[in-house]
Amino acid sequence: RKIIFEKQWFYLDNAIGHIYGTTFEVTSGGNLQPKQEVEGTTTETKEAGTDNRNIVDDGKSQKLTHDDIKALKDKGIKGQEIVQQLIENSTTFRDKTEFAQDKYIKKKKKKYEAVITVVKPSTRILSTMYYAREPGKINHLRYDTLAQMLTLGNIRAGNKMIVMETCSGLVLGAVMERMGGYGSIVQMYPGGGPVRAATSCFGFPKPFFDNLHEFPLSKVDSLLSGTFSTETLPSEPDDNTLVEEESNGLTDEKQTSLQETEEESTAEAAMEINQTEEQETMDINTEDVEFKENKEKENKENVREKQRKQWERRKKLIETAALLSEKNADGLIVASKFHPTPLLLSLLEFVAPSRPFVVYCQYKEPLLECYTKLRERGGVINLKLSETWLRNYQVLPDRSHPKLTMSGGGGYLLSGITVILDKGKSDSSNFEALKMEEPSSKRCKVQDRHC
Amino acid sequence: MSFVEYGDTIKDGDTAIVFLGHESMFPVKVQQGTVTQTKYGVIRHSTDLIGKKYGSKVTCSKGGWVFILHPTPELWTMNLPHRTQILYSTDISIITMMLELKPGSIVCESGTGSGSLSHALIRTVAPTGHLYTVEFHQQRAEKAREEFREHGVEHLVTVTNQDVCKNGFGVSNIADAVFLDIPSPWEAIGHAKSALKPEGGRICSFSPCIEQVQRTCLAMEEHGFTEINTLEILLRVYNVRTISLQIPDLGKAAEDNSSAGFDSSNPSNQGSPSANLQQGTVQFKSSVPLREMVGHTGYLTFATKS
Repeated sequence: RKIIFEKQWFYLDNAIGHIYGTTFEVTSGGNLQPKQEVEGTTTETKEAGTDNRNIVDDGKSQKLTHDDIKALKDKGIKGQEIVQQLIENSTTFRDKTEFAQDKYIKKKKKKYEAVITVVKPSTRILSTMYYAREPGKINHLRYDTLAQMLTLGNIRAGNKMIVMETCSGLVLGAVMERMGGYGSIVQMYPGGGPVRAATSCFGFPKPFFDNLHEFPLSKVDSLLSGTFSTETLPSEPDDNTLVEEESNGLTDEKQTSLQETEEESTAEAAMEINQTEEQETMDINTEDVEFKENKEKENKENVREKQRKQWERRKKLIETAALLSEKNADGLIVASKFHPTPLLLSLLEFVAPSRPFVVYCQYKEPLLECYTKLRERGGVINLKLSETWLRNYQVLPDRSHPKLTMSGGGGYLLSGITVILDKGKSDSSNFEALKMEEPSSKRCKVQDRHC
Repeated sequence: MSFVEYGDTIKDGDTAIVFLGHESMFPVKVQQGTVTQTKYGVIRHSTDLIGKKYGSKVTCSKGGWVFILHPTPELWTMNLPHRTQILYSTDISIITMMLELKPGSIVCESGTGSGSLSHALIRTVAPTGHLYTVEFHQQRAEKAREEFREHGVEHLVTVTNQDVCKNGFGVSNIADAVFLDIPSPWEAIGHAKSALKPEGGRICSFSPCIEQVQRTCLAMEEHGFTEINTLEILLRVYNVRTISLQIPDLGKAAEDNSSAGFDSSNPSNQGSPSANLQQGTVQFKSSVPLREMVGHTGYLTFATKS
């Protein structure tokens, strides 16, 4: 299978059997495995200038022409040697400062020595990759922001989490990684089915999916109002729900095919694939065999299969609904393209008291509204609106400085802790509520100056 | 209760967090017959706490109320008794993710300090992982052990009282990740390397000064660590407020003035109904950065052993 990465194409076959973190050099088509570390590279001639007062940019310092370089490349000469040639044919190289020489070599190496490293998928790798490559698909959720979410949400083994995300399944995958297959997750999804393109990049073992449930967002209201359970009781199979299921199924299929293409592209973009890759090709093979054998039976089986799937899906839906109805989830994570306020106001109903929740939004303003609405609703404390800044550094002897500042773009978080809702407040009529609230809010102000 | 498992009700011996208001809370050890004083009055553990649900509102003797919260590493970090400077949740979160920690991970840490990071690490690697933490200060090591016991996580952590720069972590070839928060991390890089699994792992060093970072990076390079990356993370917290700005009197007729106010307030603000009640002002919701924020905690240097 051919993979394209950074204008290079290659086959992964040779990479199998090596440990993660192995570096490969790309040759024409396949992979070959060079040593981990290239011994002391180039320029033992420690000749260098002290400043650039005599260096003039006349555009003629490089004596090799474009055609020469192309010829070298076409001959299949090692990148390392091309770099060496470039240095030897640069008239100004010796006059450059040591640091500038270093920089020059680094730049050329980057261009001519194509090496790739195959690494194991993890939240760190995938979230960094997604943020760099497909920020639009994850609502510009920067990796440090995701890290905050996981910590603020107290994500850990044994939790019962509710996740609502439209980040290609990246947030879901991150939560799954932190839970290590212990506990359960209910993923709320909009439309026809949950998107898990990024989730599949993690290469989670099968058991991790046993306690992963999904529930359509469009049924949340009916579940909260109590009309859901009667509608889908297994004893009275409503035509209504059946039709709905069917349409669900259709879009579901569309979704999965979409997922697959998405997965392909990200896999290409990434490189930490191996496992999923192998699985996929395996799947295709077995499917092929089945195809040939069951051509006649296909129709009959298809119908039966469809019914079975439908029934299974409904069973799972009811299970998930029951899970939610217990209203004892250990946390709520929201990171979607939707307005967070209605999501939060509804989904918080399913969360037990004294549990953390975290909402991500690319923009600050919706979270301001969310903050206000949550205070009105009550049942939450320690509300915090925050943002993180991330600064990368170049650390080299005598050349340490910040690399680039990333601000804005990483998104904002609103977090808090649920508490038991004050019944007196919510039950009493508006007037009374206002009256009751006034002294308490006043007291609040005295207590903690702007919470 | 346990720091690694949620419980519904408050039990004798639990550590609970008493929440008085924003940024104002403290931990209590729940004990039959004990009382706790707050500025709102007395909380009697036997009647007010034990058997109640976490997240309940508890009315104190003077009529004021507080919330009782389930402990989490994050709440603990905000409330723990400081024995040293501690790491806060912002740094902890990026450390946890960049070290690729998850249930089952084996982690080495030094020094233990006040145990702020330790609790977060234990939370993440539970129930099958383990934390080996090294603290050269005997009293601090003892105190940390005691806390881990009280918090029901002692089975997930081993505290060793020795100098990590001289004697290492006391384990070798088993760690998935190593974290260093010591004055001279470069002296411990060799030990860190031998603590990590032969098939590789991640390392992180926390240092406030760039000179420390520089020496650490050099040491990491010498020991063959790759993917060396230094970063810094800053948290900005915002207060949500309704701001009202007065409309300047430019000497226009009164009618004009009010309509101008109406116009300028409308697009920027849909949510608040009180926007135009007061004549001559525009109200809007805004988020104001705290007047003072943490500008620098430390540089975090990450690297991979492969």
